Amino acid sequence: MSAAAATPAPVAVRPPLWRRLIGFNLLTAVVLGVGGYYLGWFVGHQISSPTFVYEEATNENDVALLLAYLFGVAGFLIGMGFANYPVMRLLGRPPSLREKEEQGISRYFGLCTDHKVVGMQYLIGIGVFFFVGGLNALLIRTELLHDTPTFVGPNQYLSLVGMHGSMMMGMLTSAILGPFANYFVPILIGARRMAFPRIESLTFWLLMAAGFILVSTIFFGGFPTGWTGYEPLNNEAVMGMDSYIIFFALVGVSMALLGLNMLATIITMRAPGMTWSRLPIFVWSVFATAILMVLAAPVLIATLTMAALDRTIGTTFFVAGGGGSSYLFENLFWFFGHPEVYVLALPGFGIVLELLPVFTRKPLWGYRLAVSGMLGVTLLSFLVWQHHLFVSGINADLRPFYMLSTEIISIPTGFIFLCVIGTLWRGRATFAVPMLFCLAWGFNFLIGGVSGVFLSDTPSDTDTHGSFFVMAHFHYTIMGGLVFTFFAAIYYWIPKMTGLRLNERLGKWHFWSMFISFNSTFLPLFALGMKGMPRRVSSYAPDLHGLNVWVSISAFVLGFSMLIFLFNVVYSLIFVRQRAERNPWHSKSIEWQLPSPVPVNDFEQIPTFDNDPYPYGSPSPPHIGDTAPAPAGG
Amino acid sequence: MGEPNHLRRLTLIWLIATLVVTPLVVIFVGPIMPPGNASEQSAGHVTDNTVLLGMATPVLLLLLIYLAYAVIFFRQPQGAVLEGPQLRGDTRIQTAWIVVTSLMVLVLAVYGSVRLLADNGAGSGSGPSPVAKPSGPKLPVQVIAQQWEFTYRYPTYGGVETPHLELPRGQMVELHVTSLDVIHSFWAIQLGVKADANPQVDNIAFVKPTDLGRFEVRCSELCGIWHGQMFDYGHVVTPAAFQQWIHQQQVIYAPVTKELPPYKTTYLPEPTRRGE
Amino acid sequence: MSLLTRKLLGVGAAVAVLGVLIALYISSWATSFPASVSATPAVRQGGANLTLETVAAIGPKYSPSHPDWVSYLVRRGGKWVRSTIFSVPAHSIVHVTVYQYDGDSGLRNPFLSQVQGTIGDTETVDGKTVRGIDPEEASHTFAVPELGILVPLPGVPEEAKNQCEFAPCEGAAHRTITFSFRTGGKGRYHWQCFVPCAAGWLNGFGGPMQTLGYMDGFIDVT
Repeated sequence: MSAAAATPAPVAVRPPLWRRLIGFNLLTAVVLGVGGYYLGWFVGHQISSPTFVYEEATNENDVALLLAYLFGVAGFLIGMGFANYPVMRLLGRPPSLREKEEQGISRYFGLCTDHKVVGMQYLIGIGVFFFVGGLNALLIRTELLHDTPTFVGPNQYLSLVGMHGSMMMGMLTSAILGPFANYFVPILIGARRMAFPRIESLTFWLLMAAGFILVSTIFFGGFPTGWTGYEPLNNEAVMGMDSYIIFFALVGVSMALLGLNMLATIITMRAPGMTWSRLPIFVWSVFATAILMVLAAPVLIATLTMAALDRTIGTTFFVAGGGGSSYLFENLFWFFGHPEVYVLALPGFGIVLELLPVFTRKPLWGYRLAVSGMLGVTLLSFLVWQHHLFVSGINADLRPFYMLSTEIISIPTGFIFLCVIGTLWRGRATFAVPMLFCLAWGFNFLIGGVSGVFLSDTPSDTDTHGSFFVMAHFHYTIMGGLVFTFFAAIYYWIPKMTGLRLNERLGKWHFWSMFISFNSTFLPLFALGMKGMPRRVSSYAPDLHGLNVWVSISAFVLGFSMLIFLFNVVYSLIFVRQRAERNPWHSKSIEWQLPSPVPVNDFEQIPTFDNDPYPYGSPSPPHIGDTAPAPAGG
Repeated sequence: MGEPNHLRRLTLIWLIATLVVTPLVVIFVGPIMPPGNASEQSAGHVTDNTVLLGMATPVLLLLLIYLAYAVIFFRQPQGAVLEGPQLRGDTRIQTAWIVVTSLMVLVLAVYGSVRLLADNGAGSGSGPSPVAKPSGPKLPVQVIAQQWEFTYRYPTYGGVETPHLELPRGQMVELHVTSLDVIHSFWAIQLGVKADANPQVDNIAFVKPTDLGRFEVRCSELCGIWHGQMFDYGHVVTPAAFQQWIHQQQVIYAPVTKELPPYKTTYLPEPTRRGE
Repeated sequence: MSLLTRKLLGVGAAVAVLGVLIALYISSWATSFPASVSATPAVRQGGANLTLETVAAIGPKYSPSHPDWVSYLVRRGGKWVRSTIFSVPAHSIVHVTVYQYDGDSGLRNPFLSQVQGTIGDTETVDGKTVRGIDPEEASHTFAVPELGILVPLPGVPEEAKNQCEFAPCEGAAHRTITFSFRTGGKGRYHWQCFVPCAAGWLNGFGGPMQTLGYMDGFIDVT
């Protein structure tokens, strides 16, 4: 009837490609990043060249490289659009609150405030750097096929060792929090987004910039210190050392911000009815990990700043000849370093305890015990760091205390094992791929944990400190613990994140080849360490040759098992693209009540929670929450 | 109804396994483990490791047996979609677990501390003022670590410095480990000694070799490109052979001993700072 | 295949190609070595000859990125080559001649000023046979710790005229040092300098002192 009915709607015209490329996106970020790099290099030369005597003799300018990296990262972040919100605020203009949330595939390549997009970005980004670190490991193992340096130059060998360790430690701290906590914590607590969505995206892009900077060390001579960056070797090193310093400083910033965001979200944005005692155990593990990240990462950043100052303006924090101490670095580093390894372990605990109820059809056994275990580990992890320094010549009176505190930390860790035992007890388990990875966690972390008891005993540690025994211990706990649970989480949550299924048979091949080759690679390392092979060497005693060859071959099989996983991902997600049902694991957790992939706004309405998070078992209790609650007052 | 008593079964399997395997491990595996019995300290380590292994074996068996049992018996029957029992916790089991694990941990910590003190530091680098010092005569030997070689100085023999380490059997040796440049670590593998070498720090470790023979010395703290090649062979010889050897070294190295700085527990040779 | 799948495939293929290229680059970087130079057979004396040179600053010709780094050079076919991987025959005597063009830096550990591991435990400096040098005068060492060889090389005095600026250093002030050592069975051993000669670095041990191709290398006994 109305005259306006006949007016056609305006047709949306898509602007041409070149027009679409202008703006705050990845291309601009890269361009500004490169520009910032050269600007920093130029500024560095101006401020340091005439006054720094040793630059003439050494042909190296650490000031220039450090400023180049910093300006480059700043340019990259500005180009990505991270400065827009503060600048708009400063200018009094209305800032945009959501970025790129509706735009299709290009939102994965820029600053997006949708926590689910950030989760997917993390998954791909960490995966890429995980493979780079793995490649380094394979080159190391190839060199160790011979008992004298043969295949890899000595400088490059140490750089490979350092890059492998740093890449893994830097990237894997966010391996579970990045992809899965970002994606699912808001959903699990009934929120639509994280407390600070822009910071969430910032943590991701900082990590990507950091990884790129670490790999760039090969253009500057590499670095000889391994991932621990001990002084004064750190000070003696060539310019490639600066790449490590900036890499870890950026990782530290990313970690601190990620932890902060998680804490703020979990504390303040829980939906009605989501009390602390109804929080899913995965969210508790994220909470505990975030506390560690926020408290430990700043110590790392400060330590690396001191190391950078030593290398540039000639301070002597860590140089004995100037009144400093190499101990200071060791203590500061491990004060961060020990909580860091619990940042790696705790999310693994969370994943295992979260997935076991789903696959055994029973509630989580010992919920409060598990929570106290995680919080106990969090608290105690700050009290044990000197066990890395048992033979360093620390005050001998301190050693029994640290032996005790390190032994005590195995008590809360044991709570997690008891909860696993209790949840499996009389359950109705099905052995889908995520469950297999969780069970493998049980096996691997057990061996890793028990070997840790040997290391915590100072007389025993005298033989094994700095040897391959330590390598075996931490690979069992970190790789056998965290990486296995990382894959468990991938296989479990990919159907929800993408709406597609991963091939189950390929998944089982991946699992078995990985589990068997993992144990074949790392179990002999205990023996190698006890027989006298130090860490980070390219030469070893001739009688250890056979074992080393066995380990190297197993490592190649382990690498191959990763290729099976990659093939599964490409095959299932790009070619076959079989739709997954909404809830393939019949989980009662709230994210499985939502469609796959989860829509932009997560929930139509904020849900209410009125039950314990694990309503499994018979007789069947009701769902944990109502995703379509009646409006208040109605 | 008809559900087997899993707890009884598991306990039985675990008990039998423990009673069979633990003695085997303690009697046969423990004693042959590295580092061997070439010194008092390394023999102490073998004992400690055997005790730790003996305590770890039941724990490992418990969890491995349980995992295997759970995978076999606590599974979904073929084709069924049943729910499990609603078990959320049991205070008695949790309390028992906490008590038992705490006791084990305390025992381990006390045992480790006792052994550390009883073995005069158990061959570990105990810093400049070690708590457990052996009484009686000690042979001081300084280990000087530098990039990328260990040299050894005998202060009671005129401060002579030698490129290889020889020690007399049956004599308590007081090793003073220090570094001239970066952090190294002196690891005499078969003697069970490991002490980090930090610049400007005197790290003391005690060892009493008991067996004649050759031992391997390796650097076990990354110190630069030749860290993996920083190794050496030392010998434990009879006291008479040691006297002969050290006098020979004094003669061979007489010219350079005059050039050495006086013996000190730490040295700070030039250059010491960047840019010098 | 839908447009989205084609896009994904395209991106995936590009990433895969990029990945392989990166892997190849990292592998080739990791496995690059300086060229190996063989000791020339010494027809009259028996065994083999090795002629080396040490310079205070290698110069832009031999090292465009690090012209001020101190370095060793080795003579191959009448020319000086910047390589530190030497191949010597097993079970024979190697006669080494070093043309030392650098000034002294002094040893950090004076113990290393006494010659060890050579034939007779001596070296010949400008014609004079000595068992050791003044530790303050040491400019470099040629040391193979795994074979027990340690040869301190005295430096050109500070007041000497016509000091060498950049390699090659024909005709500049130098000292000529010769020594010989016996080789055993086959193996790869590292050799290094023990004098803190890397100017500007902490402890004098950074940069060229820790980089293959300058002050460190391999001796391949074949």
